[in-house]
Amino acid sequence: MALLEVNNLTTNFHTRNGVVRAVNDVSFSVNRGETLGIVGESGSGKSVTCYSLMRLIPQPPGRIESGSAIFDGTDLLSCSERTLRGIRGKRVAMIFQDPMTSLNPYLRIEDQLIEPLLIHEKTNRADAVKRAIRGLEEVGIQDAKNRIRSYPHEFSGGMRQRVMIAMAMITKPDLLIADEPTTALDVTVQAQILELIKKEQKANGTAVIFISHDLGVVAGFCDRVNVMYAGRIVETAGTREVYYHPQHPYNRALQKSRPTGDMKGNELYTIPGLPPDLSRPIEGCAFAPRCEFAADVCRSQPAHLKVIQSGHFSACTRIQNKEITL
Amino acid sequence: MSTSPDFLQITGLKTHFPVESGLVFRKVVGTVKAVDGVNLNLKQGEILGLVGESGCGKSTLGRTILQLIPATEGTVVLGGKTLTDLPANELRAARADFQMIFQDPYASLNPRMTVYSTLAEALQAHSSVKKNELPKLVGELMERVGLSPRYIRKYPHEFSGGQRQRIAIARALAVKPKLIIADEPVSALDVSIQAQIINLLAKLSKEMDLTLVFISHDLSVVKHISDRIAVMYLGRIVELGPASEVFDTPKHPYTKALVSAIPSLDPDMERTRQRIILQGDPPSPLNPPKGCPFHPRCSSAIDACKIDRPEFLTCGNQQVACIRANEIN
Amino acid sequence: MEPATTSSFNTERLLEQADQGTSLWKDAWLRMRKNRMAVFSVVVLLVISLTSVFGPFFLTYSYEETNLDRVAQAPSADHWLGTDKLGRDQLSRILYGGRVSLMVGLVATAVSLTIGVLYGTIAGFVGGKLDALMMRIVDIIYALPFTIFVILLMVIAQDAGTAVENWLLQSFGWKTDVASKWNLILLFGAIGAVEWLTMARIVRGQVLSLRKMEFIEACISLGLSRKRIIFRHLIPNVLGPIVVYTTLTIPAVMLLEAFLSFLGLGIQPPRSSWGLLIKEGSEMMEEAPWLLLYPGLLFSLTLFSLNFLGDGLRDALDPKTSKD
Repeated sequence: MALLEVNNLTTNFHTRNGVVRAVNDVSFSVNRGETLGIVGESGSGKSVTCYSLMRLIPQPPGRIESGSAIFDGTDLLSCSERTLRGIRGKRVAMIFQDPMTSLNPYLRIEDQLIEPLLIHEKTNRADAVKRAIRGLEEVGIQDAKNRIRSYPHEFSGGMRQRVMIAMAMITKPDLLIADEPTTALDVTVQAQILELIKKEQKANGTAVIFISHDLGVVAGFCDRVNVMYAGRIVETAGTREVYYHPQHPYNRALQKSRPTGDMKGNELYTIPGLPPDLSRPIEGCAFAPRCEFAADVCRSQPAHLKVIQSGHFSACTRIQNKEITL
Repeated sequence: MSTSPDFLQITGLKTHFPVESGLVFRKVVGTVKAVDGVNLNLKQGEILGLVGESGCGKSTLGRTILQLIPATEGTVVLGGKTLTDLPANELRAARADFQMIFQDPYASLNPRMTVYSTLAEALQAHSSVKKNELPKLVGELMERVGLSPRYIRKYPHEFSGGQRQRIAIARALAVKPKLIIADEPVSALDVSIQAQIINLLAKLSKEMDLTLVFISHDLSVVKHISDRIAVMYLGRIVELGPASEVFDTPKHPYTKALVSAIPSLDPDMERTRQRIILQGDPPSPLNPPKGCPFHPRCSSAIDACKIDRPEFLTCGNQQVACIRANEIN
Repeated sequence: MEPATTSSFNTERLLEQADQGTSLWKDAWLRMRKNRMAVFSVVVLLVISLTSVFGPFFLTYSYEETNLDRVAQAPSADHWLGTDKLGRDQLSRILYGGRVSLMVGLVATAVSLTIGVLYGTIAGFVGGKLDALMMRIVDIIYALPFTIFVILLMVIAQDAGTAVENWLLQSFGWKTDVASKWNLILLFGAIGAVEWLTMARIVRGQVLSLRKMEFIEACISLGLSRKRIIFRHLIPNVLGPIVVYTTLTIPAVMLLEAFLSFLGLGIQPPRSSWGLLIKEGSEMMEEAPWLLLYPGLLFSLTLFSLNFLGDGLRDALDPKTSKD
């Protein structure tokens, strides 16, 4: 049985300008120990999906309209607050994008690190601190015994992210949700942090949902990838399949527009147009206005995820009908 | 008419910020050496990619060249004019020649001015333009950067990030500059929009024979657009050479680590490649190490590296600031 | 919106034919309209202001007419809100007092606004030693005990009215009525002289953070003059917090005036202001509680409304929510 099974999740934001369908009927699953990558640009709904899972969406203006998220037998979306709090931080941990703002600037690292232990495992303070120091050492912070007494502002961005990882992993969670954890970091630090997450994952058998807009990062890191656009999953497959045999025009266009391996002097491939306005209802496939393969069927029929090959799903109607190949 | 083939000459440029302490009587207790001795020569129409990680000083270097931050030492000569020596009023007039494009398209436009006001103001900053000519000129500018003139009366918050960046580029072009420094112009944009803006900059630079300095932390973005690449570390340039060579055959240990850290779109390669993972964090420019700034994290460091600052050595087609450059390559 | 490159645009009619933009002010206005508390407050304030300004024309009794036969009477058909200790019609006094209190609030705030904005903008923009000097001056004045300062000022200068009027007449040939209104003028001066300090600090803080924003750097890079940057770019962008703070300064000023009048230093009878009325009412609190109740209620209502309006404005102008 999958560790996490998300079914038909729909989250809307009720704003002044209308109802924004941020997450539109999204379903996916994560197995134990697996790494799932969720890739998309801003507005694709990748972050909102995971925040919805943990019920961290501000309601209002957000609202989880429907769907279920079964985590090891418990539906995170409909269970009581109490049950949810027992899972959040203990069995499902989250690390966020901006290490500058995700730590409390007024508390020492020590106090923040031991908090999950004190709350979820009811350890006494001395033991918790010992474990916290070990946690810091594991994530590569030198001189952990002394540095644990520092405040967040005394650490660099990369170090703060390590502290966040230590905090997340200290209760040995079953699932780690990482929301763009390396986007705000330098490339060399990013490489360090990714290595670290991989190491922690292997040591504890933790499943990871890795959210990113960076296709390259996801390529080396994840077992499977969901590609999201305009609040829907448009393609999902094993990593190799997603990159070597893309089955959705958006996925392929995204890969092509990255300036790697292009010869200088040629124009970069660009995806024409802009992402759609999610407050307006969309007829047919959301990517159609920008797609080079768009046909009438794309604009009239809604696009749903269907299997193309074993384990490889695409929401492109024309690919499903075998009208085009990429 | 400039006889020197180099259009932009930067010599020994240093930008140091004093760190003060004390409540009443402020004492200088340290210096942040953001830019610590940079020499660079660019030809007219050349595109230079300036890369480095946070704290390396690339943004400060860009701003110092444009005289937005006063240089502590060194000179900047543009088209024969020594910018660092100009008095304030002459400097203001000279600004038409060099412009900046900023990173954050949400912060670089006045939120209370329409596109028309912003661009008209720029057009009139250094030349007198007849009032009735303004709409036409503004419309032309907008088209040039790929914006429909229909939106001339809209406000910045009504545009997307990529469009705002286009407005910012139009504003920079309005004064007809010869040098543009773009400070991470696409970092805040989505991947699919980045390509549009990069294409635009490359096209404009060619059309207008602009000298462009493209600052970025993303080597792959820079590689595509630049003629040459300069890699910065802790306030100094550690490698300088033709773009493809710096990228494909890096000679400085830091450049090697930087290139190795770039994720590729090839899952198989990603899993099998041996990455060079640097130890430790990027150092702070407040306390740069003695000798070569990179030696604490360098796997090729020897004792001699801790003593003297390395000068540029020619290694292949590149200039490398590493005493072991020819040994380790 | 499409980044289309339509090369057919008619330059003469471009500005007329272009799509209209929605400025941040319009945005804020639309948002304000939805805030019920704020709209209600505006209505309340309008009603109070209009009644205070125009009401006295419809009254039968004037605010200063004393009538010792009808001292401290409870509200009746004749005197809707009763009479005070000298038999003056309380309703007239309250309405007239409203005029005075509101006027003091508005004028003193306007004075402190002008001084504060200019001072703070220059200090924040020029920075460096000038900024340090200007702010130290503010700090010093701030440190002076305001109450004592104002009391001293009022006491020492209270007789200067006639002298000032004569001086104005002799030096400039202006015929003014300064002496009779001297007390009021002193009051404005005292309050205005103190309130601008906080405004200056707030504006300076805003300017300091704005200065770091890239669009200001862009202006410098374009080679725009300092004057232009200050008036065209800085001030319009600090207007948001200024507007909010102004609506919060007005009640502060009114309270200050009330305080001074309570001490007997502000408005003098037979003139009235809400502060003075509250003072007089509190003296007769046991025998004639309505004398305290009505002015108190009205004053509180006005202050609450101004505060809610300020809150509403602040929420409406908050740029973080301008793009949902």
